[in-house]
Amino acid sequence: MKGLALQAESLTRCFKDNVAVDNVSFDVAFGEVVGLLGANGAGKTTTIRMLVGLLEPSSGHAMLLGAPPSRESQRRLGYVPQGLGLYGDLTVSENLRFTAHAYGIETRVLTGPLLESSNRLVRDISLGLQRQLAFTSAVQHVPDALILDEPTSGVGPLAAARLWDQIRHEAEREVGVLVTTHSMQEARQCDRLVLLSEGSVVGRGMESDIVAGLTAIEVTADMWSDAFSALTTTGAIVTLDGRSVRVIDQSRETVERTLHDACVAATIKILPATIDERMASLARAAATG
Amino acid sequence: MTFGVSNTTVRQGDVTALDGVTVTLKPGEVTAVVGADGAGKTTLLRVLAGLVHADSGSVATPGAERIGYLPSGVGSWKDLTVAENVAFVGAAYGLTGADLADRADPILEQAGLAHVTDRLARQLSGGMRTKLGVSLALLHSPGLLILDEPTTGVDPVSRVEVWRMISEAVANGATAVMTTTYMDEAERAASVVLLGEGRVLLSGSADDLIAAMPGAVGVVDAPTDPTLSWRVGPVFHEWFPDGRPESVDPFAADLEDACIVADLSARDATVGHGR
Repeated sequence: MKGLALQAESLTRCFKDNVAVDNVSFDVAFGEVVGLLGANGAGKTTTIRMLVGLLEPSSGHAMLLGAPPSRESQRRLGYVPQGLGLYGDLTVSENLRFTAHAYGIETRVLTGPLLESSNRLVRDISLGLQRQLAFTSAVQHVPDALILDEPTSGVGPLAAARLWDQIRHEAEREVGVLVTTHSMQEARQCDRLVLLSEGSVVGRGMESDIVAGLTAIEVTADMWSDAFSALTTTGAIVTLDGRSVRVIDQSRETVERTLHDACVAATIKILPATIDERMASLARAAATG
Repeated sequence: MTFGVSNTTVRQGDVTALDGVTVTLKPGEVTAVVGADGAGKTTLLRVLAGLVHADSGSVATPGAERIGYLPSGVGSWKDLTVAENVAFVGAAYGLTGADLADRADPILEQAGLAHVTDRLARQLSGGMRTKLGVSLALLHSPGLLILDEPTTGVDPVSRVEVWRMISEAVANGATAVMTTTYMDEAERAASVVLLGEGRVLLSGSADDLIAAMPGAVGVVDAPTDPTLSWRVGPVFHEWFPDGRPESVDPFAADLEDACIVADLSARDATVGHGR
């Protein structure tokens, strides 16, 4: 298949005097898994609403399967929202039948754990199984593009791995997949990442591109709590990492001086920051102007 | 003083929710509890919080008035304002007036909630509501902090702040135990407990768990056994129970790999595959 599954071209959306999405461009090719990262309010949901045709852009273009979203292209899209969009009072198989009817297609044959639970009410099955069902339901009509909102949030490690097996299987079938997430585990599952902050793209590429050279200072002291208490006074972002302390947004000199003044003996290591830390740092910069 | 449960079993109807579970929590440490749905994570926390009775085994806690518990979900009253939530929980612990303000003000300040005390909890963003829940659990300076999935679905910025609030309590001597589904968060805890079907599959520091993993995990383009492999981005990770074949390059497994392997090998034992 040629072309792009999803494309944002200088996408902009204003609500009154607030620019929620500001000149955002990125695309998702067929067969590719792209991760859209960003904190709450970064513009992920507004971007997706434009891509699927639920919201008109103020300027720029949203393209779904090569053209502005239409009834026809929306039928070739599969979407799993954070709330999953399942019917709790229907059974597993009734949920699937219901969506199959809506699309006018045959119900997909169930396998594995979903088959074992086919007659149970959806509200009685585990979150992992619910996520599995929502995914199965979204791909029943063999879509060409998939949008998944945090597809494995709240699921145990093995169940998450099994769900990713299926998402990858769809990509191999040449489906273009856009995953919105704030989890680093999910980010690592993607072929490419796009990071939004305050409505704009502030990073794209692989994990190292997203971290963009930001470093964390790892402080290891006999009494980590003393180091932690001293460093929180500097106004930096300070968190615990095992028995060490990680500091973001503070110079090495300040960290060393603070520890010295507090009589805390410690060793210091400079490490690449994580994606979470980069997002926290961006959010802080935005909040302080 | 260390808290925890020892050889604890909890039956709920026909289901054994916890089956001879032993978990030791150390002061000044965060213990992360991970595992699949129905593995017993919430039951373990509810036993520690004194909300579920153990059928056998022993439970060591500092007593109800020294426990701070945040149930999964919200942990605050939606129709009360932030200030009313604080007053309500404060009163339950005998904190009122100036004593309450002395304690609550710095916590709300740190949680970024000081400017929204008149807002109804239901009007807060998800991240803010989580921080309110953690604030309420911390209000009476608990010796044991029990948090059930405080960060699931919470955005990364709030997650860093929640983690910082927990870190601060632990720096001041509290013992903390939390469930999480984020492996990178579990890696940041001093110790990790993996539960599977009511049993402890693994426990120790993340590094210990990775080192103790049976067999080896390798990166492969095409797996030899689909039941023992899983995707990570465009490649596969495969577990080789009998050790790494020569054709596969050495690979530094992480906590997620170690947990998946533990789940796979527990499943294998249940099914009774001879190995």
